[in-house]
Amino acid sequence: MTDVTTLPREEETSAEESCARAPVGLLAELTHRCPLQCPYCSNPVDLERVNTELSTEEWQSVMRQAAELGILQIHLSGGEPTARRDLEAIIETAAEVGLYTNLITAGVLLTKERLAKLQEAGLDHVQLSIQDVDPENADRIGAYKGGAKKKHEVAKWVRELDMPLTVNAPLHRQNIDNLPAIIDYAVEVGAGRLEVAHIQYYAWALKNRAALMPTEEAFSKTVEIVKEAKERLKGILVIDFVVPDYYAKYPKPCMGGWGRGIINVTPSGRVLPCHASESLPGLQFDNVKERPLADIWLNGQAFEIYRGTDWMKEPCKSCPRKEIDFGGCRCQAYALTGDATNTDPACSLSPLHENWAKVAQEESHKAAPEFVYRRMGKTQVTVNK
Amino acid sequence: MSEGNAPKRLIVEADSKLKLPRHIKLRHDAGRDKWLLLAPERVFEPDDTSVEVLKLCDGEQTVSAIAGILAERYQAPADVILKDIIEMLQELADKGVVKS
Repeated sequence: MTDVTTLPREEETSAEESCARAPVGLLAELTHRCPLQCPYCSNPVDLERVNTELSTEEWQSVMRQAAELGILQIHLSGGEPTARRDLEAIIETAAEVGLYTNLITAGVLLTKERLAKLQEAGLDHVQLSIQDVDPENADRIGAYKGGAKKKHEVAKWVRELDMPLTVNAPLHRQNIDNLPAIIDYAVEVGAGRLEVAHIQYYAWALKNRAALMPTEEAFSKTVEIVKEAKERLKGILVIDFVVPDYYAKYPKPCMGGWGRGIINVTPSGRVLPCHASESLPGLQFDNVKERPLADIWLNGQAFEIYRGTDWMKEPCKSCPRKEIDFGGCRCQAYALTGDATNTDPACSLSPLHENWAKVAQEESHKAAPEFVYRRMGKTQVTVNK
Repeated sequence: MSEGNAPKRLIVEADSKLKLPRHIKLRHDAGRDKWLLLAPERVFEPDDTSVEVLKLCDGEQTVSAIAGILAERYQAPADVILKDIIEMLQELADKGVVKS
C-alpha cells in the first residue's frame, strides 16, 4: 500500500511527474493570532493582522474550491485556528464537500463543549501540540502559564469524544532530553500518532537557532530512542520522526516538491506553495479573493517558478536524487546562499554544506541565548530565566 | 498508568472481527480514478485486494469468513487466502486503519 502523505515530511515521495497534478492537502492558516509565543513558530516573522483575515464566506469558498480541485485533506492551522469563532462553520462546509478535516491546535482556548461542537460539525482528527512534558519548561517555551496542564486536559477530552488524536512535539535542545517521557505521554493520553519533529530552522526558528539547536550527540540519541519506541509500540502508537536537516546527509523534499502536493493559504487569502515562501524574492502571490484556486495552482507564477526540475542548476540538475528531494528547500537555499535556485545547503553536495553544518556544531555547544518570542508587530527579546 | 489500562497491539487472527474506525475513510476518488484511504494526516492508496478485503471488514464477519468469500469469488484455496489477508490486515492494524 502506498502512502501519499499530505503534510511535508522527509520520509517518502515517489516522483511520478513534474507537471502540475491535483494537490493532496491544503494548509489553511485561518489566523495568525495565537495565545502562545513559541520561539520556533513556522509563521512568518511579519505576522498578518486580524483585520486582514478572510471572512467566513471566503474560507467556505476556499473549502469548496479545494474539493473541486481534488484536494483530499484540509489542515486547519494558524496561528491558533480555534481563535476563530467561525471554525465550526468552516469545518461544516469542508465536511459537506467531502474533505478530511484535521485541526492543528495548541488546545489552550478549547473547552470540551467547543470540541464536541467541532466534532459535530464534522471534524475528523485533532493534532495537539505540546512544548514539553515538564509543565514548567513547557509553559516557559510557549510563554503561556498553565498551558501544559490545559493541553493534558484537552487530550483527555479528545479521547473521551472518541476522536483520533495526534500529539505533536517539536524537539530542540531545551526539551530533547525528555523524548522518552514525551513518547510515554502520547501513549498515556491515548494518542494513535506522535509526531516528533526536530525544529526546522526558518522564520522564528531561524532567529532562535542558537537557542534551539541540539548537539549532534543529542540528536543521534533521539534517532535511537525513536527506533526502539517504534518497534516496542507497534500497533499502539505510530511515530513520525522529522530529523533536523543540519545533521542530515541529504535535504528533505520540501513540501514533497514545490507545487506538487500541497497548497498553503494564509489568513489574508494569499496562496503559497509553502508557508515560508513569502521570504523569497521575485514571487507573485495570488489571492483567493482575486483568482480561482485551481487557476492559481495550475498557472500561478509562484507555483510555476520552482515546479518540477527545469529551474535547477548543478549539482541538482544532473543529480539522480533530483526527483526524490527536489533540491531541498528553496527558502533555505535563498536564506543561506542568496540564490533560491542553488541546492539547499542541507545537501552534502552543496559547496556550503560543510560550513553550514559547522554552524550547528558550534551553536549547539555554546550556552543557549535567550528566546526571541513570537510576537505581533515587533520582535522582542524576553528574559527567560 | 496502570498496566491493566495499557493499550495493546491488536493481533489479527482467523476469528478476529475487524472494521474501519469512524475516522478512517475508504472512498473512490473520481478525479484520480483510484480507491483511497483517508487517515489522520495520511492518504493511503490500497491495492485492489486490500480494497476488496476492507469493504468486507464490517465488524461482524470474521477474517476467516472473509477469506471464504474471496476463495469462492476467485476459485482459490481458502487457507492460502486466509494467510495472505491476515498478514495484510495485521499491517493495516499496525497503521491504525482497522480495529476490532
